[in-house]
Amino acid sequence: MELTGAEILVQCLKEEGVEYLFGYPGGAVLHIYDALYKQDDVKHILVRHEQAATHAADGYARSTGKPGAVLVTSGPGATNAVTGIATAYMDSVPMVVITGQVPTHLIGNDAFQECDSIGITRPIVKHNFLVKDIKDLAETMKKAFYVASSGRPGPVVVDVPKDVTGQSAKFSYPKEISMRSYNPVSKGHMGQIKKAVELILSAKQPMIYTGGGVILGEGCSQLVEFSQKLGYPVTNTLMGLGAYPATDKQFVGMLGMHGTYEANMGMHHCDVLIAIGARFDDRVTGNLEKFCPDAKIVHVDVDPASIAKTVKVDVPIVGEVVEVLDALNSQIDASESKIDNGALEKWWQQIDVWRAQDCLKFDTESDKIKPQAAIQKVYELTEGDAYVTSDVGQHQMWAAQYYKFDLPRRWINSGGLGTMGFGLPAAMGVQLAHQDKTVVCITGESSIQMCIQELATCMQYGLPIKILNLNNGFMGMVRQWQEFFYDKRYSQSVMNVMPDFVALAESYGHVGIRVEKPEDLDAALDDAFNKYKERLVFLDVITDPDENVYPMVPAGAGLNEMVLV
Amino acid sequence: MENESGALSRVAGLFSARGYNIESLTVAPTDDSSLSRMTLVTSGTEDIVEQILKQLNKLVDVVKLVDLTESAHIEREMMLVKVEATGEARAEVKRLADIFRGNIIDVTDTTYTVELTGPGERLDAFLQSLSSISIHEVVRSGAMGISRGEKTLGL
Repeated sequence: MELTGAEILVQCLKEEGVEYLFGYPGGAVLHIYDALYKQDDVKHILVRHEQAATHAADGYARSTGKPGAVLVTSGPGATNAVTGIATAYMDSVPMVVITGQVPTHLIGNDAFQECDSIGITRPIVKHNFLVKDIKDLAETMKKAFYVASSGRPGPVVVDVPKDVTGQSAKFSYPKEISMRSYNPVSKGHMGQIKKAVELILSAKQPMIYTGGGVILGEGCSQLVEFSQKLGYPVTNTLMGLGAYPATDKQFVGMLGMHGTYEANMGMHHCDVLIAIGARFDDRVTGNLEKFCPDAKIVHVDVDPASIAKTVKVDVPIVGEVVEVLDALNSQIDASESKIDNGALEKWWQQIDVWRAQDCLKFDTESDKIKPQAAIQKVYELTEGDAYVTSDVGQHQMWAAQYYKFDLPRRWINSGGLGTMGFGLPAAMGVQLAHQDKTVVCITGESSIQMCIQELATCMQYGLPIKILNLNNGFMGMVRQWQEFFYDKRYSQSVMNVMPDFVALAESYGHVGIRVEKPEDLDAALDDAFNKYKERLVFLDVITDPDENVYPMVPAGAGLNEMVLV
Repeated sequence: MENESGALSRVAGLFSARGYNIESLTVAPTDDSSLSRMTLVTSGTEDIVEQILKQLNKLVDVVKLVDLTESAHIEREMMLVKVEATGEARAEVKRLADIFRGNIIDVTDTTYTVELTGPGERLDAFLQSLSSISIHEVVRSGAMGISRGEKTLGL
């Protein structure tokens, strides 16, 4: 039987097991929307701005491991999606974005709602395709999902001209696909693995440093086995939180610019650094010249281009984290070398001295609400079991520091691109994927306003997200840098004209609660998480505007040169 | 690389996005019409060249990649030069073209167009030898390369 291009597209989504398609209609995708109308398998989620469609699909993907799916129209539909595509690209999130395009005969004619979507998205996608012939449509969709979710994942754009969706062709979906120009490596090189194990076992002051790659590659249980077999300290990057249980004694916290003292000092003084699924980002390393001066480095990554990009390594291993960690684990058991337990004990004693600094302590007596306290209370109330999304800035760092993630895929934030406006739409994707779970969006009064229109989407689909708006009346992180480095000239970072967030939430049909005093926080949180369990609650929490994120590695400094308070 | 529209711009875009330098770039379909072969000349420290190779390999359209400078290889570039050919210069250009084993492929009363193929340095040397001649136009193809011996870049 012949199907139209639009029907083929929808059929491909079904074949790929797409539950939710996040999108917004428009002229170039009307055929596709008509095909969606005639079926119930793929549920379409109507956002209020295309940026939110990509962030929601991103949240869905990060919290499930399955690729997110997006449908937007040509021109402005595609350009609005760009921020979300770039966000997913920087954090290696699998996603397939279908963009409508003007009919093939009009491409290049400056037609209505035309833009060069392939050209615009090229630097921010893993790959993109323009489908000019309906006969290529099904195979291209198969390739798109395969490329997006294999190797180092990432977003893939499929640009489909309107006439292609209107024509008819025979449909058959390829069961498997192979691409001669795309063959991601899976197994690590055995010689390198043996070399790595000998180096790892010879360590006197080791440190295990893992990033988002361990979560993306589903290697968390292997990481736990590896770390606990060795008894070595573990630190996670911002993207890697949850890969190793934060409440375990071997965990020394997040590292980097706002990492813990013990993690950063441990990094600086380690003699063997085991980096897994991490990419030595500038926010992690600080000044490269001062980075891990005495360490031999093992680096495991699925992407060869991540290895030796900024930091030279001694034992590079290219492969999927699961495969490589399994191989490392069995090789450790097989090796005749043994861990130097005496040295390790001394190393832990040193780490405990750094830990005793208690670098995350904060004023608990203040008559203003401390943002750290609000997050800590949410952590306690949700028993550490919530899915937490965030926007970008101070609240993001506090969430990373004070919500202890014991499980992967629970902490959803834009680490690479640092996209304000990410938190709320991402929470929609997370809540749809995990309907019986608590989803908290930790945000600030500036970030939340960047995608606030999605409160309508949340109402339409009954998403009971809890929004914790840490409202300090400033773009907090900008203000913090201006305080430290610009002599307190708060240039354009003051956010003193704001909507009444409670009234705003209510106008969308949600529950709004304002909290201004520390003593009212418990009751408000109890209302939000228990009394209004089934509703979206917008908690507008007025916090201490002078609070800064500590500790901090100033720009240009080494990890050992942290400012504690 | 795959002989597909957009493949070239992915390579060019990668270089500009990451701040790498393209000295020359040539590309054309091969005997297998589904494949194009590109020769790209770039420069950088060892680390940068390593990173360029890795980033190029990541492009989905790139099928196979080799750093020709890692082993013995042959480099050829073609140049067309249109020069003033009047008076004494007319004979001088002919002589220089012969010395450099170039061909005069177009003639007018006042100009010669010389075709010359060889390694880039030989083309540079030819241009230098024309220092007393007035050059109207120079067009160079950029280098093409191939490994010496039995080594091939095949699928």
